[in-house]
Amino acid sequence: MRRLPALGDAFAGDPGADRIVPPSGFTARLTQFTAAAMAFLAVFALALSLAAGRLADHWGEALARTATVRISAPEGQMATQTDAVLAVLATTPGIAGARLIPEDEQRALLAPWFGPDLPVESLPLPRLVEITETAEGMDAEALRLRLSGEAPGAVLDDHTRWRRPLVEAAGRLRLLGWLSIGLIGATMAAMIALSANAALAANARVIEVLRLVGARDTFIARAFVRRFTRRALEGAAIGTAAGMVAVAVLPGDGAGPGVLTGLGFRGLDWLLPLALPLIAAGVAFGATRLTAMRVLKGIT
Amino acid sequence: MIELEDVSHSYGGGELLSGISLKLEPGSFHFLTGPSGAGKSTLLKLCYAELTPSRGRVRLFGAELGGMDRDAVARTRRRIGVVHQDCQFLDHLPLSENISLPLLAAGRDVAAEAGNLKELMAWVGLEAQAGSLPPQLSGGERQRAALARAVIMAPDVILADEPTGNVDWEMSLRILQLLIELNRMGKAILVATHDLNLIRAAKAHVAARVLRIKGRQLLLAGADL
Repeated sequence: MRRLPALGDAFAGDPGADRIVPPSGFTARLTQFTAAAMAFLAVFALALSLAAGRLADHWGEALARTATVRISAPEGQMATQTDAVLAVLATTPGIAGARLIPEDEQRALLAPWFGPDLPVESLPLPRLVEITETAEGMDAEALRLRLSGEAPGAVLDDHTRWRRPLVEAAGRLRLLGWLSIGLIGATMAAMIALSANAALAANARVIEVLRLVGARDTFIARAFVRRFTRRALEGAAIGTAAGMVAVAVLPGDGAGPGVLTGLGFRGLDWLLPLALPLIAAGVAFGATRLTAMRVLKGIT
Repeated sequence: MIELEDVSHSYGGGELLSGISLKLEPGSFHFLTGPSGAGKSTLLKLCYAELTPSRGRVRLFGAELGGMDRDAVARTRRRIGVVHQDCQFLDHLPLSENISLPLLAAGRDVAAEAGNLKELMAWVGLEAQAGSLPPQLSGGERQRAALARAVIMAPDVILADEPTGNVDWEMSLRILQLLIELNRMGKAILVATHDLNLIRAAKAHVAARVLRIKGRQLLLAGADL
């Protein structure tokens, strides 16, 4: 908690204390550029992470709540087995509803592959029953056993086999996004620490004079910390703004759950990148302060 | 105020000072002399804790140097004004800001003390140079400015390392006069110099003790000084 007032000082500024360190145009631009570039990348990592999160939630929700029963029976038994399946489903705990998919809807599902004029009635297509589960969910294994007894041609597909890897992939993509943000922050901290180290080395004489006249380490460190924190804040603000504009103009309808078409911010998500400049300033504050205090300990 | 007791200091494997004892009392005036490289500057640095002794004890205003943390050393230095031969200014700051640097470092309101600063600059004869940068000043002006910076915190002790090393005789006497004035205000003064004429000139006005570093030891100088 002792650091909070000092972080406030970094933004409040002190013109007198600021002037004790000579201006250094190169390191100033370098720090600002680093912060801007890192903030720009962080905006994309954040957008990716949020999009992957939405995808994982969407697929996970669908996985948890829907299943399909496919009935492949000889022509004479199709209606009987379909009725048997619907009857079993109607009495199975955990199932909120079961809907026999009509033939025209099946035709629509197949249309992208076979064209709109597909004579569904003349093909030996299986019948499909869409199941919607309750929040508690059903016992898939128990249902399979009952279906094998009542309708031997019915196969329960609870989507687990193909949906779960997708959900896991989306979850990992989300994790990767957050990991990228962490790495971007750590890289920025390292680069600012290097810049601060160079600035402290270049101003060794200034530091010696200040120690000579009775300046405490915190006073000297503050002069450097304030400067680097401000540069990081300014740079990160520019980078964040540029990143948000770039995300906003990305092509895509923004409505779908896909990573590519859904990459971006929705609603209040747009507020999240606004925290990046403050986080960058905090990172710069910590990195510079740690560097300065370490270097100052080596000077009497 | 400043007390060195059986202090030795080693550098690069060799002992530069050995068994030094010195006490600076309020109102005392000491000259420290000896050939170049004898350890005059080292002894001064021990007095304001830029160096620590390899043996012996240093007490600053009653506190053991060995028991002081870095903040305590910084606070103690505010009670010791130091004048270096090379002045040690920040070349990018105007003279007035260099002189008021100790006030800023101590967290004092520099603007509120503008009157005192102006008075101090007049005392050392540098009113007209307030806005000049240090590289624009002559050697004598820089030395007087260094003296002004050393006394702006109203320290109890003034340590001066060859304060007249780069100035002519007339300017040397002027700086000496300022040091004597400070001594009359009760400040303890320790001046390291190899200028024996300056010491003789001072002894005409003030009861100064002259110490000589010889063979790593601190000796009281002979009656010729």
